[in-house]
Amino acid sequence: MKQVIKNVLTDKQIPLLVTILWTVVFTLALFFLEQSVLAFMGVLLSLLLVYYTKTSNAVRLTLGVLILLVLIPLVAGDNRYYMEVASQVGIYVAMALGLNIVVGFAGLLDLGYVAFFAAGAYAYAIFATAQANEFIPGDLFPLGGEWFWPFLIVGLLVAAVFGILLGLPVLRVKGDYLAIVTLGFGEIIRIIFNNLDHPVNITNGPQGLTPIATPELFGYPLNTPFYFYFIVLFVIGFIVLANIRFEHSRLGRAWIAIREDELAAQSMGIPLLNTKLAAFAAGASFAGVVGVIFAAKQTFIDPTSFTLMESIGILVMVILGGSGSIPGVVLGAAFVTVLQVQLLKEFSNFLHALNTSGVISLPNQLDPSKFQRLIFGVLLILAALYRPNGLIPAKRNINDLEEIKKSRFAKQKLGILANLDESKRQTS
Amino acid sequence: MLSILPQVLIDGLTLGFMYAVVALGYTMVYGILEFINFAHGEIFMVGAFVGTEVLLISESLGILQEMNPFVAFLLSLLLAMVVSGALGVGVERVAYRPLRGAPRLVALISAIGVSFLLQDLVRFTEAVARNEFYLNSPTLFSGAIGIGDFAQIPVKAIVVIAFAIVMMVTLTLFINKTKWGIAMRAVAQDQSTASLMTINVDKVILLTFLIGSSLGGATGVLFAQNYGTIDPYIGFILGLKAFTAAVLGGIGNIRGAMVGGVLLGLLESLAGAYLDTLTFGVFGSEYKDVFAFSILILVLLLKPEGLFGEAVKEKV
Repeated sequence: MKQVIKNVLTDKQIPLLVTILWTVVFTLALFFLEQSVLAFMGVLLSLLLVYYTKTSNAVRLTLGVLILLVLIPLVAGDNRYYMEVASQVGIYVAMALGLNIVVGFAGLLDLGYVAFFAAGAYAYAIFATAQANEFIPGDLFPLGGEWFWPFLIVGLLVAAVFGILLGLPVLRVKGDYLAIVTLGFGEIIRIIFNNLDHPVNITNGPQGLTPIATPELFGYPLNTPFYFYFIVLFVIGFIVLANIRFEHSRLGRAWIAIREDELAAQSMGIPLLNTKLAAFAAGASFAGVVGVIFAAKQTFIDPTSFTLMESIGILVMVILGGSGSIPGVVLGAAFVTVLQVQLLKEFSNFLHALNTSGVISLPNQLDPSKFQRLIFGVLLILAALYRPNGLIPAKRNINDLEEIKKSRFAKQKLGILANLDESKRQTS
Repeated sequence: MLSILPQVLIDGLTLGFMYAVVALGYTMVYGILEFINFAHGEIFMVGAFVGTEVLLISESLGILQEMNPFVAFLLSLLLAMVVSGALGVGVERVAYRPLRGAPRLVALISAIGVSFLLQDLVRFTEAVARNEFYLNSPTLFSGAIGIGDFAQIPVKAIVVIAFAIVMMVTLTLFINKTKWGIAMRAVAQDQSTASLMTINVDKVILLTFLIGSSLGGATGVLFAQNYGTIDPYIGFILGLKAFTAAVLGGIGNIRGAMVGGVLLGLLESLAGAYLDTLTFGVFGSEYKDVFAFSILILVLLLKPEGLFGEAVKEKV
């Protein structure tokens, strides 16, 4: 027992048995206790436990997929509220993973990220409502729900184009300036969306767009949070895969080199602007896909959903979780979203209940659910002061030189050296 | 169309001088620490609230009606400067000093955190104390001086511009003539060398924050007097614009911040008045914020050192 506790605390490794027990207990609790927030939190937390479990990768992956695809839908599936929270968490996880490419890998602080999200959301919303009839003649719109699927790609492309267009001028500045400029661009985009109801009515201005068609699959409407949960999971799977592939690709290593030292990277022959643009476009395109899902899920969008607050919120998720670290970002996004949409609300309700029963008297202005900014602020300061690398810092691959020397490729010479050998053999 | 021009220019000048004084705060901190104090706009906002609260409280106590408006104005200005100056120093001590050696990104994130924290704290306090967080400041200076038939110069605009100029002149004298001013310039040049010359770098940085923040807070009072209504979110956008002004003039350069501020205020005011007519109604005055940000982006792209700054070569 002592050994187990020591393992958990020092090596952060949890025995498989504990993880399974935890998951089973909380799943059963969620099944039997209706509306138990604690139990739901426990089930979500079990994913973190799985991450730290001391077992092979394959087993951990299977466990995680099992919890996400089978346990959660099975136990909480008929509860709209839980699925709503879960799909909301998913949407933010996906966005944070997109921003992770820009901030975490390439080190470009982007404070206008929500603009790309807006681009994706509006791309779908304009054509999935009657809005497009305002500027395209022929009464062709709204498009039906089966168009949702191709529009996932359209949203991706639109946002990527946006990313490149914004990136071209913006990326010539760096550091703090980049943060301010992207922030300004985010605001510009919001103002434009807010005012594009004249002279040609494209976005319907502050009134927003509704009703946006819900997705359909083979004529069957997918209109409950239950289905959106799976759509979001599918997209997250795709984005995580892309993140992992990017990280270890040539481009990904170029991003990390730029993040560490721009000047050194440039002198090693990395084209600065192209590489940064690629990061901007990749991050933006993921936000665009998520925007399409968001528009379809809410069936209503207006410019107030795309404020600076949202950009900062996503940034908080990335920084708090650990920028550049995929599990960290997922944890950060899940934590911040659950805090926002569930914990604060529950706490508010709890205080309300105390208020009405007369135990305490609290003025209405002290409602905790209104303190998003305060909590974000405190989280940002604390993260900067105490965990500048995040909750789960990004791991660096450490190359073991001895191991490399022993490997069967060690004798083989590459590049100029190989040519040298070749020419030596020819001359002798 | 041209008949409103004098009025537009007066409004633009008033706004511009406010940008200029707030921009001084950004420029001073940037000149010394090479770091954008994101929370400076919020310190301006706190100053506006403190000044307005002083006036509101003395109004409800019945003192304000008997006081000379100038005395009341000076009193609120002074208190706002003390509180916002102390706040600036406190923020530096808690959120920036521990991060001085850390990467710049981390300090920037902490600054954004401080700015959000302050917004909600002010909203929270006002909501508890007054049950609302939009405050209407009592007007001390009403009336206007007419110049022929062209324009009316409101007395409050004259007061705002006069005080802004007084503050800027005092700051320039302070930096150029006093011992502490010289120490500040030395630290801005090179921290480690300055510390070898028996300059206490920490103290100089604290002083910079104190002066910049109290100037920002004083501008908040001027803002409240000029526009009448304030809310906890005025600081962020105004701070961004003031930062734009600082960049326009050349960040780290005091004279540049002043010129940049006045220029930006005039441009914005002109854009607000004439964008509609110039583009034949396609873009209205709601695009004036877009205008300010576009200036920022253009300046950063075309002349990143600003109007008065020197181009900095990157050292390898």
